[in-house]
Amino acid sequence: MTTSFTRSDLLLPLPPPASLVGPWGWARANLFSSPLQALLTLVGGYIAVLAIWTFVDFTVIRAVWTGADRDACLDDKVGRSVGACWPFVWAKFGQFMYGFYPVEERWRVNLTYGAAIALLVPLLIPSVPQKPLNAVLFFGAFPILAFNLLYGGSIINPWLSVGGWLAILGGLALVAGYLMSRVEGPPNVVFLQWGGAAIAVGTLLLLLVRTGLFADPALPIVETRQWGGLLVTLVVATTGIVAALPIGVALALGRRSKMPIIRLLSVAVIELVRGVPLITVLFFATYMLPLFLERSPDAMVRVLVGVSVFSGAYMAETIRGGLQAIPKGQFEGAMALGLNYPRMMSLIVMPQALKLVIPGIVNAFIGLFKDTTLVSIVAIFDLLGGIRAGFTDPQWASPVTLYTGFAFAGIIYFAFCYFMSRYSIFVENRLNTGRRR
Amino acid sequence: MANMTDGTLPARATDAPKVAFFNDPKTRSLIFQGLALALLVFVIFTAVTNAVTNLRNQNIAGGFGFLDQTAGFGISQTPIPWSESMSYGRAFLIGLLNTLLVAIVGIFFATLLGFVVGVARLSPNWVISKIAYWYVEVIRNLPLLFQILFWYLAVLASMPTPRNSHSLFGLFFANQRGITVPRPIFETGSGSIGIALVIGIVAAFAVRSWAFKRQAATGQQFPVAASMAGLILGLPILAYVVAGMPVSFDYAQQGRFNLTGGMTLIPEFVALTLALVAYTAAFIGEIVRAGIQAVSYGQTEAGRSLGLPEGRILNLVVVPQALRVIIPPLTSQYLNLAKNSSLAVGIGYPDMVSVGGTILNQTGQAIEIIAMWMGCYLTISIVTSIFMNWYNQRIALVER
Repeated sequence: MTTSFTRSDLLLPLPPPASLVGPWGWARANLFSSPLQALLTLVGGYIAVLAIWTFVDFTVIRAVWTGADRDACLDDKVGRSVGACWPFVWAKFGQFMYGFYPVEERWRVNLTYGAAIALLVPLLIPSVPQKPLNAVLFFGAFPILAFNLLYGGSIINPWLSVGGWLAILGGLALVAGYLMSRVEGPPNVVFLQWGGAAIAVGTLLLLLVRTGLFADPALPIVETRQWGGLLVTLVVATTGIVAALPIGVALALGRRSKMPIIRLLSVAVIELVRGVPLITVLFFATYMLPLFLERSPDAMVRVLVGVSVFSGAYMAETIRGGLQAIPKGQFEGAMALGLNYPRMMSLIVMPQALKLVIPGIVNAFIGLFKDTTLVSIVAIFDLLGGIRAGFTDPQWASPVTLYTGFAFAGIIYFAFCYFMSRYSIFVENRLNTGRRR
Repeated sequence: MANMTDGTLPARATDAPKVAFFNDPKTRSLIFQGLALALLVFVIFTAVTNAVTNLRNQNIAGGFGFLDQTAGFGISQTPIPWSESMSYGRAFLIGLLNTLLVAIVGIFFATLLGFVVGVARLSPNWVISKIAYWYVEVIRNLPLLFQILFWYLAVLASMPTPRNSHSLFGLFFANQRGITVPRPIFETGSGSIGIALVIGIVAAFAVRSWAFKRQAATGQQFPVAASMAGLILGLPILAYVVAGMPVSFDYAQQGRFNLTGGMTLIPEFVALTLALVAYTAAFIGEIVRAGIQAVSYGQTEAGRSLGLPEGRILNLVVVPQALRVIIPPLTSQYLNLAKNSSLAVGIGYPDMVSVGGTILNQTGQAIEIIAMWMGCYLTISIVTSIFMNWYNQRIALVER
């Protein structure tokens, strides 16, 4: 008689071998999978620990936190091996942040930062509504406000002149529209009336500026020579990126235009600027621009022009990438609806293209933020230039001053750039809906 | 437009709709281009007029005549002989050579380090890939000028005095004045080594293509790598021995206060090269990683199912496909490195911008100097692009 046995209950799965799970299993798989890997892990781990330890040891553990002058940071005065000399940074903090901006006027810089944050943060958070208004405020109104606050002068006049010029330009456009409508059919008199009114208002505003009625209240003027430190870094980077967008859009459209001369000019500008280093563009702006103009502009203005043209050319290529990603059907659809070129571009194509290239724009901004350090070569003191100038102060001359300055500048630059690159990745993932699961 | 607004359609398709002349795309494009051209001419005319007036006021003569004048300043690194009584033109040429030197050395080492970083980021070893990740993050998020100054001021300046130089095997010395390496002395007959090297390289590639053809035709394999290495290394060594060992080295001697002999790389060169290599390698590393990740894992699996060993899968399947993705962005990194070498002016390495800037300050010939800079950089950019485009075409996927 044969007996058979069939298991009646299910055998529970055995736990995986202890060597494959838990921290030990993870370590075996990722750190010590072979003798070579184990060696690499040990050597790499040693280097990593050494690097982190050196940094932490210097900036925190051995650092000196308070003091009045170099004596606080000299080994033999303190009686131990000294790390970072933070009192040096505290003492020079105003200079690193504002340059030689007068102390009693520094609230203006802080107010500008505050306004920038108040406008920029909602612009960067996708869920906050009213994006178009926000963008107009940031890209349109904020530059005027920032100029007014940072440079000084009459508080009302800049707004009046910008408003006046805008009204005159809009009026001229309306009059041109009227003239066109006259050729095509019954003249559209409303255009002429509104256009005339706008030009009149604009002229009136500009005349008001001329009369000097609104010269007061005014903020004391702070010449750009007195600007410095992080202020200059941020001014140059922000101006560069704000100006780069319109320049980039114009050049990108020009490069894709069917008109040969326009295309040729755009390609020439883009390739010429992209083919040379920023420093030669800055030299061009600093030394050649004054020769080509009747009156030499302010040194800061020259640098800003150079940086804007430079970043505009790079931005053009970024935007062109976005334009190329828009399917032809979008253009054809817009044309089928009877939209003319400006409307097709501004209502259909550009909103989609610009949205696609937001990560590219943020990356361009990171690049520009880093490149602002070059302005110190043409004698404008940005954060790095200011810190370098701080090294020469005999009151703080000590063996660790140099390293402290580098640590401080490095932390600031890294914090800014790292945050921006995280944001760029965040936007990329948000836009990348096709790949999201 | 006119037809659309009044609601009538043209009777037949052949009847061209009547439009105002400025709504005709052809006329319109002509008008726009004419305006653009007129604006350009106006801008150039104004600029030139102003420039002529301004230059006359500053008593600066235009043209490149100043290049023949005596320069009268010293240059710290001179690949070709230089003395202060030589001309501005030669000074600028030395600057250009120095730029090329740092760019070529930088590109070579940045490519090596970049590939290492890119592969390390994909390493299965957690520690290695994290180190590579943070290397890339830290380096990419710090300005290049900051890094150059850091290497120059913080690292190299903390080197010992020549008296207490760090030394490696007594051959290489590092101190505040730079890095000293043995200087090769070429005697008569050493030219044959160079010739042998060229012949070796040509022969190696000839053998390679012959071996591939034979393998394709007959299936027989040939030790390609070993024979190429043998030809490229062996022939020059053979020539060296046959020609009677014409190359000797001048080794640096540790003196009482200073090093004598050898060849010293100036600290500016060392700092600039290190910073450019470290910076560009971080970007190249990301490009390499993206390129390797772009090759789908199915390719590796297909290679395995064909029975290829792992090394050959990498060599024959993954790398050729990854290179297609890697080369175009790699080209722009090479161009960036060449352009970034202009930051040399920040630490006084005598490159084209630095030397040119000195000439500019001495003579005031801003237009000419800036035109020469731009011309040189554009030429470097174009030559590099042409070479890399040629290489890219060679490795590109051939479709139909």
